[in-house]
Amino acid sequence: MRRAGEVLLVLLAAALVLVVAWTVPWLRFVLTIALAKGLAVLGILLLLRAGQVSFGHALYLAFAAYAIAFGAARVPETLLLLPLAAIGAALLGLLVGLFVVRYREIFFGMLNLALSMVFYSLLEKFYSITHGTDGIRLPPTTFAGQVLDPETQGWAMLCLALLLSILFAVLVRIYLASPIGQALAGIKTREARLEFMGISGRRVLLSAYVLSTLMAGCGGAVLAMTTRHVTPALSYWTASGELVFIAILGGSGSVAGPFLGAVAYELTRVYAAALVADAWQMVLGAVLLLVILFAPGGLWGMGRALVGRRRQA
Amino acid sequence: MLAWFSENTLLLGLAALDGLSYAATVFMVAVGLNLVFGVLRILNVAHGSLFAIGGYVAATLGLFIASHGLPAWLSLPALLLAAVLTGALLGPVIERLLLRRVENQEPVLQLLVTFALFMILEDLQKLVWGVQPVVSDAPVRLLGTVDVPFGTDVIPFTAYQLFVLPGVAVVTLLGLVWFLRRTLAGRMIVAVTEDREAARAMGIDAARVTLLTFSAGAALAALGGALASPTASLVPGVGAQTIVLSFAVVATAGLGRVEGAAVTALLIGLGRAFAVYFEPELEVVIPYIIMVAVLLVRPQGLFGVLETRRI
Amino acid sequence: MSVLLSARGLRIAFGGLKAADGIDLDVMEGEFLAIIGPNGAGKTTFINMATGYLKPQAGQITYAGRNILGMTPRQIVRLGVARSFQLPQLFTEHTVLENTALAVAAREGVWSPFAPLLRPRFRREAEEVLDRFGLLPLAGQRADGLNEGARKLADIAMAVALRPRLLLMDEPTSGVASADKMGVVETLARVLRQSGVTAVFVEHDMDVVARFADRVAVWGQGRIMALGPPEQVLNDPDVRRDVIGIGPGEASHAAA
Repeated sequence: MRRAGEVLLVLLAAALVLVVAWTVPWLRFVLTIALAKGLAVLGILLLLRAGQVSFGHALYLAFAAYAIAFGAARVPETLLLLPLAAIGAALLGLLVGLFVVRYREIFFGMLNLALSMVFYSLLEKFYSITHGTDGIRLPPTTFAGQVLDPETQGWAMLCLALLLSILFAVLVRIYLASPIGQALAGIKTREARLEFMGISGRRVLLSAYVLSTLMAGCGGAVLAMTTRHVTPALSYWTASGELVFIAILGGSGSVAGPFLGAVAYELTRVYAAALVADAWQMVLGAVLLLVILFAPGGLWGMGRALVGRRRQA
Repeated sequence: MLAWFSENTLLLGLAALDGLSYAATVFMVAVGLNLVFGVLRILNVAHGSLFAIGGYVAATLGLFIASHGLPAWLSLPALLLAAVLTGALLGPVIERLLLRRVENQEPVLQLLVTFALFMILEDLQKLVWGVQPVVSDAPVRLLGTVDVPFGTDVIPFTAYQLFVLPGVAVVTLLGLVWFLRRTLAGRMIVAVTEDREAARAMGIDAARVTLLTFSAGAALAALGGALASPTASLVPGVGAQTIVLSFAVVATAGLGRVEGAAVTALLIGLGRAFAVYFEPELEVVIPYIIMVAVLLVRPQGLFGVLETRRI
Repeated sequence: MSVLLSARGLRIAFGGLKAADGIDLDVMEGEFLAIIGPNGAGKTTFINMATGYLKPQAGQITYAGRNILGMTPRQIVRLGVARSFQLPQLFTEHTVLENTALAVAAREGVWSPFAPLLRPRFRREAEEVLDRFGLLPLAGQRADGLNEGARKLADIAMAVALRPRLLLMDEPTSGVASADKMGVVETLARVLRQSGVTAVFVEHDMDVVARFADRVAVWGQGRIMALGPPEQVLNDPDVRRDVIGIGPGEASHAAA
């Protein structure tokens, strides 16, 4: 019964995204970007369950985005590049993860930040390969060998982002309910006990870390193929901060939170930039402050509180 | 090897002097961050913005002095005034209105409050001071240059960077050590850092200590910014750059003593300066490479104490 | 009866304090061994060393004939040595049922990412364990909402859910209201006897010791001062003066 309701809710949300993109064409692009970021934020949510904050997950997003940029110059095929870029990000995540899961709290956060900043400077400094801060422009990618007109291409990217979002949201939910997912939440409250039960907190965290980098990789790939322009700014620490921002804005109580947060974030950004061009960042900061001070459960928590109140009444 | 050294004496000397003055600024920012983290357990992302604002305020005061024909030497005390103004005005406001309200929230929410503040302060700087570089180098010109002998060469170096920057940093270090060990307020800060609950139980007013510490930390960041402002032009984004660098210093040093922040700032400052002269590509990366290398060997940081949890 | 856990010449010091200064102690298969002694004597340290949390500076520890010195807590628990804690170590944001089920899952292997933790088998087993401790009515409560006595029991229930061969308990009755104490210990003893678990417990309540221990070891100044059946050890005049005379009442709640 409950499951049927949830499936319905997901389908409704997906339909809503498509309808909005169809009625307001310029929002199609915004929604695709939002879903792509939502994928990366889903990874942040995983790590938040373990009580850890990564201030460097933009690294994996940027890594996959640049992988797409380099790959598209040779074989511009979406269905080939996307999995390759995502798996590449996950492999990098495994490598980095083996190192960073030994650390907790600020050391975990700062090491992630440090590594993403290293990647940022590599992108910025090796001009001959990366074109520095100018970044790289991408040719349009094909779908299964088909060259699509820009309109269809836009729809294809949105549908791809939507599919990936649903797929990973379901996957993360299953993972969080599983023994590993529950042990992951145990890292936050009593990691020492895990060891005395025979569970390695580090391995549990590593599994979540790699999954989070895989999702960030998917997000980065979609982002690169949608904006068709990648720059080092993707990897700057403020981009990672943005991901944590969205996680809190959406609420960490549900796998729907990241996507809700990402859509709200992108819309606020677009409108703030249009209204107060010089102070859009300030508007976002103020929104974040209001959310933390008055709705620490994020948008998802707010929605649930509203529904709960109505049921009670 | 030896031949390389004698060929590059000049560059090495320049790098060492640059690194020293750079480390002095970095120390001022990182030590404040460390202090604030110790007491509030919040990594203040907006700490770099306080650095930037301190710099802008100092530059504004400097330009005011110059344009009103006031004596040039006033631009030196103006640096200090800028720091005190920024710390005394912004510090208590941020602590009372924002941080106190999330005192009992999850750490990630506390962190994000400072991130929100960072976003707001970044745009505020652009609104107040614009996006064009702001330059006010009166203190540097005032003190002139000194010829520093290096082997057979002589390096002309600004007296400001040679004496004022490291001098203020050393005075700050000694002053802080004295303050934390010998004064009542300082000992209260240490007590709250080590065990907030126990300190409360002993009757220490943790709320006041928190306010004091945060304002002092803000003033230190602003002083760093004010001191750095005559040596480089102020542009948007300087706060973002500064904060990640101080994060690297704090994580490398580990949480704990102020001396740790000083040694680490020196290490990272010199590392960066040498990179600037010998491997410019690595300039931005060096602090992080040092940090990663240190944490690989010492997970608790250079000066951090490994906590064994009692169970 | 065979020896299950054997310590030889264990030494460890914290600063100047010699918590263990040449400890020789054998735990026999199937017995309940109580460790008593003044606070700060090193009783908890013994459990910490036997479970791999602390490494002794000298000495040997073998379990079931196997050298376990230098093994991590994770490796040792896999061999069948579980422990409970003086300060309950629960996953505070999980329910009591989830805490226990996680212990069941830990034993069965946690790496099955596609079925939920509360799958029927794990849930049933966790409920069984909780039922034996009388905790079933609290199964749905979050662990941080329990009173101290229930937290303590839940902590032991988690260790029992690991189905250990040897269970080390650090002050299992501290925090349990004195009116309930005997009932709780009665339950605990029955559960452990039923499953044939060997138990070592650090205890301050001499009534509990007298009633449930097969043997008593007296820990003092880093050494085993006396060892034997409770009726013999507890009536020893030296032990009465040095250990029991200090009085368990005023000391049992302070940190060991």
